[in-house]
Amino acid sequence: MFLDVENLNVTFKTRRGLVSAVRDVSFTLEKGETLGIVGESGSGKSVSSYAIMRILDRNGRIANGRVSFDDMDLTAFSNREMRELRGREISMVFQNPRAALNPIRKVGHQIEDVLRRHSRATKYTARKKAIKALEAVRISDPEKRYDAYPFELSGGMCQRIVIAIALACDPRLLIADEPTTGLDVTTQKVVMDLLAELTTRRGMSSILITHDLGLAAEYCDRIVVMKDGEIVEQGKPDALFARPANAYTRRLISATPRPGAEIGDLVDPPLPSPPRPELGAPLLQVKNLSKVFGHGDDAVTAVDDISFDIREGETLGLVGESGCGKSTTSSMVMRLMDPSNGEILLNGKPMTDVPAAKFARDPRRASLQMVFQDATDSINPRFTARQAIADPIRRLTDEKPNGRVEELATQVGLPLTLLDRFPHQLSGGQKARVGIARALASRPKLLILDEPTAALDVSIQAVVLNLLAELRASLGVSYLFVSHDLHVVRLLCDRIIVMRKGRIVEEGDTASIMDNPTDDYTKTLLAATPMAPRADRDEVDIAITAKQAIAE
Amino acid sequence: MTPRTRLILFRVLQAIPALAGVILVSFILTRMLPGDPAAYFAGPAATTESIAEIRAAMGLDRSLPVQFLHYVLDLFSGDLGNSLSTGQPVLEELARRLPASLELTFTALLLSCGIALPLGIAAAVNQGSWIDHVCRAVVTAGVSLPTFFTGIVLVYVFYYLLGWAPSPLGRLDFVYLSPPDVTGFYVIDALLAGDMETAWGAARQLILPATTLALFTLAPLARMARASMLQALSSDYIRTARAAGLREGQVIFGYAFQNAMLPVITTLGMVFSFMLGANVLVEKVFAWPGIGSYAVEALVVSDYAAVQGFVLAMAILFVLLNLVIDILYTVVDPRTREG
Repeated sequence: MFLDVENLNVTFKTRRGLVSAVRDVSFTLEKGETLGIVGESGSGKSVSSYAIMRILDRNGRIANGRVSFDDMDLTAFSNREMRELRGREISMVFQNPRAALNPIRKVGHQIEDVLRRHSRATKYTARKKAIKALEAVRISDPEKRYDAYPFELSGGMCQRIVIAIALACDPRLLIADEPTTGLDVTTQKVVMDLLAELTTRRGMSSILITHDLGLAAEYCDRIVVMKDGEIVEQGKPDALFARPANAYTRRLISATPRPGAEIGDLVDPPLPSPPRPELGAPLLQVKNLSKVFGHGDDAVTAVDDISFDIREGETLGLVGESGCGKSTTSSMVMRLMDPSNGEILLNGKPMTDVPAAKFARDPRRASLQMVFQDATDSINPRFTARQAIADPIRRLTDEKPNGRVEELATQVGLPLTLLDRFPHQLSGGQKARVGIARALASRPKLLILDEPTAALDVSIQAVVLNLLAELRASLGVSYLFVSHDLHVVRLLCDRIIVMRKGRIVEEGDTASIMDNPTDDYTKTLLAATPMAPRADRDEVDIAITAKQAIAE
Repeated sequence: MTPRTRLILFRVLQAIPALAGVILVSFILTRMLPGDPAAYFAGPAATTESIAEIRAAMGLDRSLPVQFLHYVLDLFSGDLGNSLSTGQPVLEELARRLPASLELTFTALLLSCGIALPLGIAAAVNQGSWIDHVCRAVVTAGVSLPTFFTGIVLVYVFYYLLGWAPSPLGRLDFVYLSPPDVTGFYVIDALLAGDMETAWGAARQLILPATTLALFTLAPLARMARASMLQALSSDYIRTARAAGLREGQVIFGYAFQNAMLPVITTLGMVFSFMLGANVLVEKVFAWPGIGSYAVEALVVSDYAAVQGFVLAMAILFVLLNLVIDILYTVVDPRTREG
């Protein structure tokens, strides 16, 4: 056995005493095999891999268990022996690649550091070998990139550098910890394909840690599902998805957005999908909207002459990758930023005549509200949930917060007992509910949802999406749903706009965009999203459906 | 021109308006001092007429804008006026006394960096260990003990009780001759002249006041070094470096410390300016002939030319110091070179 983890237990010493983060975890890995460890936040999937590498935080330690790598017991190794092994035999690739690189050291030098540490290069050959390592991860113009600092490179490029560092010394095992979280789907595909190709060609074993079942199914030979520090199920992807034995695995699979599933199917047990509101007159009209940043030669056109309408009760999806101009568009619609050109009309009356700086005191402010991507960062840490929800009631309406706050909390399914808690005392899902309640407080007509579920685990995402659908049905509000993920957008939206480089490349009904995309970019986006095989109850050949789903 | 040189040049240019402001403020500040320099200069037996005569001779009867114009013109010809109490040109006196203050300040800064940085780093690397507790104790003591108190305690213990230190009277005991003036720093000048005995004598005089000042500045430096080191050590790139098997020394000094340096440099700049202020007290306690004690004496007698010269010299020192810090920043952190 190449890697054999036996009854691994990891504990952390905290102020509240010992916390066991990983309990009795056992799995094996063969030479050349790729193992996926899947789980939501707090499942102990990353901690397990840090334990294998022995790079746990200071307060964490392996309480029990054995990690044998190529018949060596790593738990018995001294720190110095582990340092010899790390980077040379076992390497790791992390999430958030930009933060994973030393911000003030040239990337070429960071690769050299590893090469020289493990005697793969001398002072004189280091530069040449580092450039070779850059070539191996297909960085164009490696001679020039050698001198770049991480902040000068894109996220995908930074991740290639991290991979170059990890693979520089030809290790035999690579652990990738959420290597593509935070990257665009097309970048994710490029990075994952590169990783898969490099590990296969070098005959390496690898472990892919991810929250994304689809990603694991597409790239792994075997999958381990973890929950609350324990392994709940393991097996081959197709078998696991076809016949999940464990209730949690089933829930995880059903919560993952996939073709064919309706919004109510995501939760367990499935809910009937809420009715869609009747569509009324046009509520928001955007005409020839443009935004240019900077002047002269440095001018960048972030949004380039786009037009669209949203009717009353309608949900419009705005989809695109980072830098496509979707955030700039939503900021302008939200009247937080003035457009360079074009107009925005609400109920047929132009809003752009009031400058964004003064719009906060405009009576129409209450009609436009926003739900933000990061529920944690967008709530004042010194406000309780009650204060956060009451704030817009006081500022934007004539109502009394008493009673109204409770009504809103009930609407979004936030238990009233949690109202007096501070954000840090609430879970991610609860904070998302506070964010939605706060946005609804002023009885808005249009809610801009800026990736409202991007930071949430899939099971909570499923619940929040259903909540948004119910609210739409009961309140009749319109949504502008901004997201990078077509499969999430599909669940909620009547129509979808796909943006690229500030322009709308495709626009249409959700069904026609998803099933018959005409633009090449839309097709690329759809194909790049990894799809979990369907957990069909009748046992069709899962692998084939998965391939079809990817090909579609 | 590379972005780095352009940025450094830009920073140098930015210092010019600051200097102009300093000239204006130093002028206004000294005119606002209580007391009449003409009356002081005329002496206790002066009549109203003789005071008016002196005032006219000193140009103090003219309007403020005219006085300012003369002040600026004199400044550009290198004339800071004459001290009222000694009759000497202010520029000369400052030039003689400034090296004494700088020698003291730099020695103290070296001493405190030499202790604070290793202490802060060791405390961060071994968080919660005995060295961390030592660091905390030193920081607390350094913050809570005022310089005039530590100065007097040091004199009491090392001069009066133990007799290890020489008498706290100036830069050099009278048995030595001051070394030939090269840098103005006695220890260095004596070493340059090859006069080991004088160098030793000057160093012995220097050690107690420098220690007093160093104790005062140790606290902020050690605290900032520890805090920024802790933050750097918990960063993702440190985890990457560890996962790549880099040696602990390289992780701590090559990766963490270089990043932790940035806030430490900022603190260093602040500490340096605190020190210039604290100098005044320490120079008084140790009879050190620096510009701090010079300024206090001048203030007491409303010697406005001297005070003006002092304020100007200090302000220019501050501006230059900030310039150096900014430039250091651009050298250390590539991110500041953009835009």
